[in-house]
Amino acid sequence: MNADLAPLWLSLRLALVTTLALLVLGTPLAWWLAMTKSRVKPFLEAVTALPLVLPPTVLGFYLLIVLSPNSAVGGLFLSVTGQSLTFSFTGLVVASVVYSLPFMVQPLQSAFEGVGRGPLEAAATLGASPIDRFFSVASPLALRGYITGFVLSFTHTLGEFGVILMVGGNIPGRTKVISIAIYENVETLDYAQAHWLSAVLLGFSFAVLLLVFTVNRRIPVKVI
Amino acid sequence: MALSVRIDLPRKDFRLRIDHMFSVKGVTALFGPSGCGKTSILRVIAGLEKGAGTEVIWNGTPWQGGAMMPPHHRRVGYVFQDAQLFSHLNVDANLRFAEKRATGGDIQRDDVVVTLGIRHLLGRGVADLSGGERQRVSMARSLLSQPKLMLMDEPLAALDHRAKAGILPLIQSLPRRFGVPVIYVTHALDEVAQVADSVAMMKLGEIIDAGPVAAMLERPEMQSLTGRFEAGSILEGTVSAHDMAMHLTQVDVGGVPFEMPFLDAPVGTLLRLRVRARDVTLATERPKGISTRNILKGTIMRLMPEAETAFSEVLIDLGPAHVQARVTHAAVRDLGLSEGSDVFALIKSVSFDRRALPGVKQR
Repeated sequence: MNADLAPLWLSLRLALVTTLALLVLGTPLAWWLAMTKSRVKPFLEAVTALPLVLPPTVLGFYLLIVLSPNSAVGGLFLSVTGQSLTFSFTGLVVASVVYSLPFMVQPLQSAFEGVGRGPLEAAATLGASPIDRFFSVASPLALRGYITGFVLSFTHTLGEFGVILMVGGNIPGRTKVISIAIYENVETLDYAQAHWLSAVLLGFSFAVLLLVFTVNRRIPVKVI
Repeated sequence: MALSVRIDLPRKDFRLRIDHMFSVKGVTALFGPSGCGKTSILRVIAGLEKGAGTEVIWNGTPWQGGAMMPPHHRRVGYVFQDAQLFSHLNVDANLRFAEKRATGGDIQRDDVVVTLGIRHLLGRGVADLSGGERQRVSMARSLLSQPKLMLMDEPLAALDHRAKAGILPLIQSLPRRFGVPVIYVTHALDEVAQVADSVAMMKLGEIIDAGPVAAMLERPEMQSLTGRFEAGSILEGTVSAHDMAMHLTQVDVGGVPFEMPFLDAPVGTLLRLRVRARDVTLATERPKGISTRNILKGTIMRLMPEAETAFSEVLIDLGPAHVQARVTHAAVRDLGLSEGSDVFALIKSVSFDRRALPGVKQR
């Protein structure tokens, strides 16, 4: 079977880059949501959760408008980098970050909430600065939240379809990810190829989730 | 060393209003019923509680009120009620967490580990520790951060008698051993009697009185806080002799000899005896043919009838020390007792609270 695996690699690359970006962006947001007593909190929580309930087409539609070279954001990006955000890999990353945001932020937020103020206050009285407290106490104690957030964001992005179709189209090597390739195979009645790619995605996703649930259950989080 | 604390903060059921100068020396107990604001005071001192109405000054250096010195710059050790050990680190790594971030100070790890008796726990995970072990580790961790002051928030509240009895003498010895003064929050009078050098009494958001422990335990207000059952006084003395045949130990309280059941403590050991008011009997003449071993002559300093009960509280001056007695109104009338009259205070040897003897091995 001479399967075209390029869409799979592209999907994996997109999922990895998106997840790493989400780690960087989602951590402070989740931290803030977990610690704040601000009245704005429910508003931001609702915004963060929107991608869970919106149809990907709606999300993709708005992203398409915001990212297009005619808009302020897309235009600025184009004039700075000379690249368009729509129908490009970078655009896909931006869209995926928005699309998978709740999958990173929610596990992290509840993990930080689970850590609570107690250990952080103890660390403060032992001379640890806020940044120090975050990295040496809060993060290791919230390790499960990080693992869950990482895996969910990664697998969710891997299975992304509607948003990508709206924002990225179907350009081989740039935006033709695995879900798009499968869709195209089915449309062109190439069921063998569709079977093959679907099975790969199914197997991979299942294996990752199984690994995480096993690890989470067996090994109490402990970093010495 | 002096710590000035001013607080004016609303709490759920009351207003926390504190304007107090703690003369932090030895162990200062912050004593009062649950929910009267004791913990809030510690939190303000440690820098864990902000608020417009707070001011903390340590030896002339402002910590709070105006500019806020963050908690990690104050070098105040805090032993929490639930210990707050880091569960992702083992015992040794918990201690190292403090050591790595400590500046100055000369508290040695070996000294701390041995004093607190935790050497055998170093390799253990935090989850495998008993309640008492947790608090020992928590105290050790706090000491290794080289604090200028230790705050302890009811660290023994969740422990059983046995664990408590093991840790209380340690707490009492911290200031002497490591040169760190302690402010100790508790609502248990027996803990105050055992560890405190001075006491600040709290009631509903205010410090109503403060002073040396022996004097404070005699205050009438104390009884409204502790319940009359626990009322009593503290006598400080030294072990002067043992009578092995009779299993007795003699304690010298400023020249007045007391006899008590044998204590395994060398002659010269400093002791703190607690005598409950309900264990003291009064007589106007020296009784004869009586089994009570401690018969001490004194003068009534204060005689206070309690409203709507059968009892009067009597404070007797023995010269070097005071004891409180709790006798009936009828006895006061029949014996013709009044302030200034001479009496004999009778204390049975068995009534000395042996649990209240820090630093002494008990048989």
